[in-house]
Amino acid sequence: MTIIKKIPDKLGQHALCAGCGHGIVIRLIQEVLQELGQADNQIAVVGVGCICTATSALKVDRFQAAHGRACATAEGIKRVRPNVVVYTYQGDGDAYTIGIAESLNAAYRNENITMISINNTNFGMTGGQMSWTTLPGQKTETSVNGRDCELTGLPFHFPEMVANSQGFHVAYAARGTVNDVKSINQTKRMIRNAFEAQLNGEGFSVVEVLTACPTNWHMTPQQCQERISTSVESEYPVGEFKKRG
Amino acid sequence: MSKKIIINTAVCKGCGYCVAACPKKALSMSADFNPAGYHFTVVDEKACIGCGTCYTVCPDYVYSVVEE
Repeated sequence: MTIIKKIPDKLGQHALCAGCGHGIVIRLIQEVLQELGQADNQIAVVGVGCICTATSALKVDRFQAAHGRACATAEGIKRVRPNVVVYTYQGDGDAYTIGIAESLNAAYRNENITMISINNTNFGMTGGQMSWTTLPGQKTETSVNGRDCELTGLPFHFPEMVANSQGFHVAYAARGTVNDVKSINQTKRMIRNAFEAQLNGEGFSVVEVLTACPTNWHMTPQQCQERISTSVESEYPVGEFKKRG
Repeated sequence: MSKKIIINTAVCKGCGYCVAACPKKALSMSADFNPAGYHFTVVDEKACIGCGTCYTVCPDYVYSVVEE
């Protein structure tokens, strides 16, 4: 009996909610790094958020950054250890709403790090409050009548922003989702591109992943998949916004 | 040589992504509970072709695929 498919060696078990997409993304990262031969040469910088529930799954060197400051911390680590693969793993609340200064500065200076951000359209860990990525009209704990964009602004698109704005020259920017087998494989290719960009010294790479949050959306995992493929993907298009080379 | 899957039922949280994604409809939810209190998946070994779709969509690392 030979094992032909099993989870990467660096993965343990996590305590995330049933149906949460974080688990798939963590696995994709470790699969890619194992395939690239960098499994023992990585430092994960994790932000504050639902990932704190899953750090037990990451059996790698990692640093728990202050809230929103993961990109700044990762830059520092990369500058003193330039041969190590350094990446941040953040939620949308950590990377955008709270840490936009650090995220934008890292992208603007084209620091040679990889940023993986998880977009589930709310602050998951603290109980489902509105974040910058909440969809118009979406009901959350702090937008009980639905998000009012007149008052709170429009949904935030980070990969498009760093890919298309004047003054930014990032190496790679993409958005994926982990809704079905096809999209999971597509997202894995995006994550591979992002890490290859870092290994080649091309500069800042970012992959945003749309994931389900059954607990705070008050839906079953299957209803979440339906919601992502319809309303979430129509607001946040999937694809590569800045290709390498 | 045939492929089959191994299910680590103790870590299953019963989200049902694999049941919906299985191309051969070989997976179903058990009526029993695992030690963590979730319903877990069971496989119909005759129908399973070991394609690994369940491994790909599982967020809780329940599945591995073996060849024997």
